[in-house]
Amino acid sequence: MNLHEYQARDILRRHGIPVPPGEVATTAGEARAIAERFGGKVVVKAQVHAGGRGKAGGVKLAKTAAEAEAHAKAILGMTIKGLTVQRVLVAPSAEIASESYVGIIVDRASQRPVLMVSPAGGIDIEEVAAKTPEQIHRLAVDPRYGLLAHQALMLGFALYNDVKQARAAADIMQKLYGAVYAVGASLAEINPLVTTPDGAVQALDAKIAIDDNELERRPDIAALRDESAEAPAEVAAREAGLTFIKLEGSVGCCVNGAGLAMATMDLVKYYGGEPANFLDIGGSSNPQKVVAALRIITSDPQVKVILFNIFGGITRGDDVANGIVQATREFALKVPMVIRLTGTNEQLGVEILRKAGLSALTDMDEAVKRAVAVLKGTAA
Amino acid sequence: MSTFIDKQTRLVIQGITGRDGSFHAKQMIEYGTQVVAGVTPGKGGQKFENAVPVFNTVADAVAATNANASVIYVPAAVAASAIFEAADAGIGLIVCITEGIPVLDMTRVLPFVHERGARLIGPNCPGLISPGKSKVGIIPGNICKAGRIGVVSRSGTLTYEIIHQLSTQGLGQSTCVGIGGDPLIGTNFIDCLAAFQADAETDAIVMIGEIGGTDEQQAAEFAQREVRKPIVGFIAGQTAPPGRRMGHAGAIISGSSGTAAEKMAAFAKAGIAVMKRPADVVPLLKEKLC
Repeated sequence: MNLHEYQARDILRRHGIPVPPGEVATTAGEARAIAERFGGKVVVKAQVHAGGRGKAGGVKLAKTAAEAEAHAKAILGMTIKGLTVQRVLVAPSAEIASESYVGIIVDRASQRPVLMVSPAGGIDIEEVAAKTPEQIHRLAVDPRYGLLAHQALMLGFALYNDVKQARAAADIMQKLYGAVYAVGASLAEINPLVTTPDGAVQALDAKIAIDDNELERRPDIAALRDESAEAPAEVAAREAGLTFIKLEGSVGCCVNGAGLAMATMDLVKYYGGEPANFLDIGGSSNPQKVVAALRIITSDPQVKVILFNIFGGITRGDDVANGIVQATREFALKVPMVIRLTGTNEQLGVEILRKAGLSALTDMDEAVKRAVAVLKGTAA
Repeated sequence: MSTFIDKQTRLVIQGITGRDGSFHAKQMIEYGTQVVAGVTPGKGGQKFENAVPVFNTVADAVAATNANASVIYVPAAVAASAIFEAADAGIGLIVCITEGIPVLDMTRVLPFVHERGARLIGPNCPGLISPGKSKVGIIPGNICKAGRIGVVSRSGTLTYEIIHQLSTQGLGQSTCVGIGGDPLIGTNFIDCLAAFQADAETDAIVMIGEIGGTDEQQAAEFAQREVRKPIVGFIAGQTAPPGRRMGHAGAIISGSSGTAAEKMAAFAKAGIAVMKRPADVVPLLKEKLC
């Protein structure tokens, strides 16, 4: 789960990291009032889960409160990478002497939290890594001891020659490391970490992503979720206990298991179709989940054919078949359906489908080929 | 011999009285796995199905039964703790089926397990099976067939699909290992490739990877250097969009890294035959084994 910049800044502030002031507005009028409090010279920043906000016109400088209001009016409601801007952050425009980068990720290869710092801040760190990898300093932290003071200071000196600033940066890094474990972050970035003309070190912009597996034990963090920033179908799927990701194609996929779901999408593409979604109904079989899945898939007007691919293990074929039949009773399926059903209780499932006038295939390859043929109107 | 488990494996089931644990305990016993103990705190002294003694702690179970392997079915909130407990009790092979353990918990679990000399498989995995010998986890025994192909995979049902293709077309398996779909796991592709290379009962290897991370790329380099047996590989997620977690916590393309194309290229470069679709597994293996 991604947090907005203003939410990430709040977390940093709570962990003692110096963050310049700033407030969130949802209307242009609020933005003006905030700008007035800050003396008029402010930056207005779109709060959306997308990079490249500046390039998209979602970050604007204002010299007066009236100008801030005009910028907020333009930015609120604009679309950045498919996401509608609902909030802006209004912050006093700071004078900046230098920009650096500080980030913590959980590194899969070393299986440790890794601190990355770079004196080249303010731009996308992947770009820095690609063009000037020597500008990035990395340190894998032993989670049993945490980020040690001398390690943090060493990284501080990689950013600043001035000992005061190096110490301030080291302190920020240790606090950021603490924040990562405290909120269950899988990524925490300060970009840029700035120095002001009077030498202070501050976190100007922040990005935090929370590990979804942390949310159950951290209701306060889970409450930060902004559902307006997500596709409605994905919210509905999560509430039904399904994993759903909308794509652009026309073959609606309903599969048990994430790996098989991806392989099914790939096979749709291999045979000349495009998947409309990723959907994993999960391991436990519950007819209600299948009904919910079908409701979500059929709510996408782009879907022209539905493809089930079920390999029963824990998931039982009869449960899936019951779900499909129940769904066809609850609402009209306006598009054809191709069902592949094998594994646990396959015979029971096939029988349930047959009684309802539906048929099932046993081979994955055949089913995907059939679904694409139905889509193209070439099915026998 | 087979890989990681065999007829000598003495299994303790953590969470044996729970919904999933009890269901799969019965399946494993039926398959012939030596289930010597179960653990559920507060239920020590009971017997599961009138046969398997239940203990309050893994340490008690090990002291009484000499269990040498454990499988974990407890809920995500206590699963990290269950792994710590098994490693602390001296269990040599810990298989964690549970999905949903926070990755930061795993940063602490893994060094602990390593220091105690234990092997962890998973978490968020279907476990492993050596057909005809032993099954630890949830892979359906009826789709497997004893034979000489080693299977290693990050997935669950996709693994069943591949095993099903193998079994129905006459290629049995020596051992099938599901290593798990999380970003931080105890046993990776390289560990399994090394084990299959060393196993006299394995002739060829099937590797099933997916988007996210660089485990497959590193395994491909390792295979080129160290593995003398033929390998056939598959990568799921060619159509996955970047930046989205595709069900598995570890199945995510970060920026431009961890794509299916990159992994398939690494396979091809290392001489691993790359499947375009699951149905290619048997033809490619037969080609390689001729």
